[in-house]
Amino acid sequence: MISIRRVSKYYGDFRVLDDCTTEVRKGEVIVVCGPSGSGKSTLIKCVNGLEPFQSGEIVVDGVSLGDPKTNLNRLRARLGMVFQNFELFPHMTVMDNLTIAQTKVLGRTPDAARDKSVKLLARVGLEAHAGKHPGELSGGQQQRVAIARALCMDPICMLFDEPTSALDPEMINEVLDVMVQLAKDGMTMMVVTHEMGFARKVANRVIFMDEGRIVEDADKEAFFGTPRSERAQQFLSKILHH
Amino acid sequence: MSYHWNWAVFFQQTPSGGATYLDWIWSGVQVTVALSLSAWAMALVLGSVVGVLRTVPNRWLAGIAAGYVEVFRNIPLLAQLFIWYFVLPELVPGGERFKQIHPVAQQFIAAMVTLGFFTSARVAEQVRAGVNSLSRGQKAAAVALGFTLPQTYRYVLLPMAYRIIVPPLTSEFLNIFKNSAVCSTIGLLELAAMGRQLVDYTAQAYESFIVITILYVAINAIVMLLMRQVEKRARIPGYIGTGK
Amino acid sequence: MHEFDWSSIPRSLPFLWQGLTVSFAITAVAIIVGILWGTVLALMRLSGVAAFSWFAAGYVNLFRSVPLVMVLLWFFLIVPQFLQDLFNLGRATDTRLISAMVGFALFEAAYYSEIIRAGIQSVSKGQLAAAAALGMTYGQSMRLVVLPQAFRNMVPLLLTQAIILFQDTSLVYVSALADFFGAAYKVGDRDGRLVELLLFAGAVYFVLCYGASYAVRRLQQRITP
Repeated sequence: MISIRRVSKYYGDFRVLDDCTTEVRKGEVIVVCGPSGSGKSTLIKCVNGLEPFQSGEIVVDGVSLGDPKTNLNRLRARLGMVFQNFELFPHMTVMDNLTIAQTKVLGRTPDAARDKSVKLLARVGLEAHAGKHPGELSGGQQQRVAIARALCMDPICMLFDEPTSALDPEMINEVLDVMVQLAKDGMTMMVVTHEMGFARKVANRVIFMDEGRIVEDADKEAFFGTPRSERAQQFLSKILHH
Repeated sequence: MSYHWNWAVFFQQTPSGGATYLDWIWSGVQVTVALSLSAWAMALVLGSVVGVLRTVPNRWLAGIAAGYVEVFRNIPLLAQLFIWYFVLPELVPGGERFKQIHPVAQQFIAAMVTLGFFTSARVAEQVRAGVNSLSRGQKAAAVALGFTLPQTYRYVLLPMAYRIIVPPLTSEFLNIFKNSAVCSTIGLLELAAMGRQLVDYTAQAYESFIVITILYVAINAIVMLLMRQVEKRARIPGYIGTGK
Repeated sequence: MHEFDWSSIPRSLPFLWQGLTVSFAITAVAIIVGILWGTVLALMRLSGVAAFSWFAAGYVNLFRSVPLVMVLLWFFLIVPQFLQDLFNLGRATDTRLISAMVGFALFEAAYYSEIIRAGIQSVSKGQLAAAAALGMTYGQSMRLVVLPQAFRNMVPLLLTQAIILFQDTSLVYVSALADFFGAAYKVGDRDGRLVELLLFAGAVYFVLCYGASYAVRRLQQRITP
């Protein structure tokens, strides 16, 4: 579904992404991890065209990002993205946050949009908060709303950029639970995260990045059991003994 | 000091008859308010467009908008007024027709256009600051949902930006009322001009100036109260600062 | 199409230059007095003494709610007469320039005091506490610790206000005082070349003010790390 081939991104001499190649098949859950500055957030932002790249190719569901004829907005509407800082729209209620893109981008009728939103709010456990503004919700609640907002667009794949890094520890699990359920329901997911427990539970593959390069790309068992590169071993040993 | 205070002078008839000096003052207030409100409307519309243009990715548009702001910010208001009133009608086709219309209309239009353009540059800067103060993530989130750039501005960036800039916009609004006094120099009979008339016609300079001063202070206070209501209405529950 | 004839300008350069020096003079006096008196007002407002802070607040709010034109008219029409009555002075012209300068300075001080007040408040309270802990008096802490830091933060804003002030000097036109703008208008009116002179004046102001604000921006980039 997503094919990333030899993608590089650089500022002058500084290489943010260096010759990255990988694939995400339908229904797979890929976890991308690595130290900060390794380019993992940038990689995921290249997939939906939020970040441009200088060389290489990314193809999403048959559509190439580099092709000038590609309608990026339409492509983005088919991919869901969840941000580290939630990025709900503060001036709108939760319900409006969920319906606005459905009506303005997908052209759904307001009623259809509302029905969908109610269903998805229930799925993340927040039906009661539809009329509130984001400022009135906790971080964990806001992130769950953000996930629902992305799901309302019926995406073919969900991209997560460190979804729990800005949360208080007590709220991390409520968000991870939603993500685990999503994975179990068969959603294709690409998740940048430090939460290795989540990876162990539902990931199919784990990608380890360091200094812009994909250093390891292996099945979950292989990665956790016998990581091949020394860098990955170091990383794992540091974060797993927490 | 040999000054005779006479507060009743305002109820005296003007030399041209048919009106008291108080009527003169009231007419001045009306002109000031009409001029300021119409110029503010113009400034808001123009300023929003230019302010947004300063933040778009297109270098050309952003550059033109920046030039617009610099021109209107670096020339004194009085010079701009005189240029609109004296120079433009000479240079622009249709200027001859402008010079034929009623003199008061000429003054009012020139004054309104001057204040409108002058203030629009400052409104543009506020809008630009407001949009830029929003976290980059807001734009990214809108774009990730599939919004086009115009949609992003309309539904996500501008609603928040305008709420953030209500205080500085309030001071620009107040400034228009004060700057309207400059337009007395082309003969427009707004409040400051009326003040001068009063000093010339009556011998009661102190009373005249005190009343005019009080009126400006009152206008100021009323506008501030109104804008505070606007700010209250625009408030979002649970939202305090400028985002992350 | 208007026939442009710019010959008036070279002929009248000395007169125009004189007007420019008047503009600069008024600007300089207003800046200096404005900052000094503005600092006093800011300190009065921030002091705990009710009488001081009420006076300062009232002064600042009054001058900030009325147009500069009105203040200048007041100082032009009323104050010279008032001063003459009071001090039995002689010629009218002298008091006109001085009245304009005084009116300007008193007006701008209100704006400067707000900038300075914000600047003082931006210096963390911890600084005052540290100075007090070292045994300094309020006056010493202000003079040696708070004000130096506050002013360094405020320099761009103070300079920007100075540029605005320079543009505002054109308003002494209402006092029939020949600053640069007044001089340009006089020349244009006299020679029937108002269009050229007004455009010339506008261009000169633009070059001076844009240049100055560009310099302030560069300075700001140097100051902020």
